[in-house]
Amino acid sequence: MQTSTKPLLSVRNLRTSFFQDEGTTKAVDGASFDVSPGKTLGIVGESGCGKSVTAQSILRIVDRPGRIVGGEILLTREDGSQTDLVKLEASGAEMRSIRGGDIGLVFQEPMTSFSPVHTIGAQLVEAVLLHNEVTPKEARRRGIEALRSVGIPKPERRIDEYSFELSGGLRQRAMIAVALSCDPRLLIADEPTTALDVTTQAQILDLLRKIQQERGMAVMLITHNLGVIAEMADDVVVMYLGRVVEQGSVDDIFHDPKHPYTKALLQSIPSIDSAPRVKLPTISGSIPHPFNRPPGCPFHPRCAAFIPGRCDAAEPALKAVGDGRQVSCFLYE
Amino acid sequence: MTNGANAGSGADRAPLLEVKGLKKYFPIRRGFLQKIVGQVKAVDDVSFVVHHGETLSLVGESGCGKTTTARCILRAITPTAGQVLLADEGEILDVATLPKHRLRGLRRQMQMIFQDPFSSLNPRMTLADIVGEPLLVHGVGNVTERTDRVVELLRLVGLRPEYMQRYPHAFSGGQRQRIGIARALALNPRLVVADEPVSALDVSVQAQILNLLLELQDRLGLTYLFVAHDLSVVKHISERVAVMYVGRIVETAPTEALFGSPRHPYTEALLSAVPKPDPRLRSERIVLQGEVADPANTPPGCHFHPRCMYAQAVCKEKAPALEEIAPEHFVSCHRARELSLRGVDIPVAGGV
Repeated sequence: MQTSTKPLLSVRNLRTSFFQDEGTTKAVDGASFDVSPGKTLGIVGESGCGKSVTAQSILRIVDRPGRIVGGEILLTREDGSQTDLVKLEASGAEMRSIRGGDIGLVFQEPMTSFSPVHTIGAQLVEAVLLHNEVTPKEARRRGIEALRSVGIPKPERRIDEYSFELSGGLRQRAMIAVALSCDPRLLIADEPTTALDVTTQAQILDLLRKIQQERGMAVMLITHNLGVIAEMADDVVVMYLGRVVEQGSVDDIFHDPKHPYTKALLQSIPSIDSAPRVKLPTISGSIPHPFNRPPGCPFHPRCAAFIPGRCDAAEPALKAVGDGRQVSCFLYE
Repeated sequence: MTNGANAGSGADRAPLLEVKGLKKYFPIRRGFLQKIVGQVKAVDDVSFVVHHGETLSLVGESGCGKTTTARCILRAITPTAGQVLLADEGEILDVATLPKHRLRGLRRQMQMIFQDPFSSLNPRMTLADIVGEPLLVHGVGNVTERTDRVVELLRLVGLRPEYMQRYPHAFSGGQRQRIGIARALALNPRLVVADEPVSALDVSVQAQILNLLLELQDRLGLTYLFVAHDLSVVKHISERVAVMYVGRIVETAPTEALFGSPRHPYTEALLSAVPKPDPRLRSERIVLQGEVADPANTPPGCHFHPRCMYAQAVCKEKAPALEEIAPEHFVSCHRARELSLRGVDIPVAGGV
């Protein structure tokens, strides 16, 4: 996985917390992973595991009262130098040029992420003008091109429509067009197909794969759907309660999972290929509220391989086990 | 509790619910006088049967009319045309035309489990009130008898009765869905309509609720009408599946037949579009072009023909009828008998 090429993005021990009146929520609590150039990194986890906050932290758009409290986010620039995004001013010029320029973002909700009072074109042209020194006419031409490249029919007409005039699938395509309009080297897609129907989802996943091959950009795909991960990702990061529990190539994760959480998660999904009406193995209990985070390994109250006195006493660190694989579990220490 | 009726299997079971030619059109009104300018044909001539003790799933993409069908069956909305026949102790009642004053009695037979466990429970009512409300409304027993029943119901769905005085906010998504299930079962219904009961839940919790639903069906002899869009969940829970597309049923078959050898091109595309949780199975998917047709402006002939790769001239002109082409396998496609379509393989259980 980590070959001679430098990772495009390297997240080291990232910690993001939300400071509320009721207490502090550690949404991301020491996450580390790398995104290699041209590859797809899948980040998978259930609600509350911190996958979306991780994406927001990378783009420095964490909503208040949230704040990055520690760690490094190293982005390799085009000249080979590395910039730590955590040290940049969130609304400063450099961060603004990276956000949308070097890193594009596709949100989950295509319904709410567009402004309903501006046309698709206005929002697309705004992004192009912000990151490129071009005339408005040229920006519009590029906008139409971007819409065409994501497979929107009649882009010359669609560019002057409002987001509510488009269907869910077309809106998500337009969202991708905005994200791609400035040729990002990394595209962060946060649950890009969750709000869509299966046949539309298949179209969007196909489009993402095609664009990635054409442009050779890296994609960070955040989702809770293990099927989407299996179809799309090269490498996978599994998160649970703000921590990375396991990391490895997609084949290793699905065929040789190491962490008890990954194993249980894979067993508990009903698969379209499995026999009908048999009892599914389940993970006992439910995801704890981040306020009542269990001590030690956060998964220990639900874990089948729980070692009393060990797992509830200390937190296991993310350790390398074999070729490019990392697991945080006492079973492998 | 009378629950001896879960023996027998397949076709020999008597129908509990029979839907015949169900239609629900919503008018589109425009202008100052609110003149009717068109109709959204949300459900357009849907017929199917649900047998005692079985699980039938209605599957389809958003806007295909599956939820509208379910709501017509419960008479939450009144259908435009068609019959909804429910077998009620030897008598057959047409739910679609029953006078309003008789509906309450009928609702003891049919209950619903809702999709969103966060908005379907009143935040100002305690668990005891929520689960006990159907009993109160239907005047079942006195206060102590009702409390006893609530305790029994909570145990049944795997919740601790000590939590009875708590409010919904104190519970997680999975637990709330259990509360919704307990409420639906309070009156011993025979038909339970579950509208996307697990789609708002996390994967690890989804499995718990699916197992609970299967277990309750075995214990209480329940009949489920399951409305869902997630095909892997549908495959897991149902005995028969009906696939809907733009207000019509395109294919109905026993689960294994539908997934293993689909006979309608839309079913084939739908099965192929589901991402499989195994990176070694990355295969050539059938990616449908275009979008789901607008139910207010449906294409002529077969609704699916503009996106169908097998479409011929006849598909544009004539709507195909739902025909039985194999035992219990109904398809509405002009070319159903000649096409050989690809399903998903069913490996032996446990073979990973």
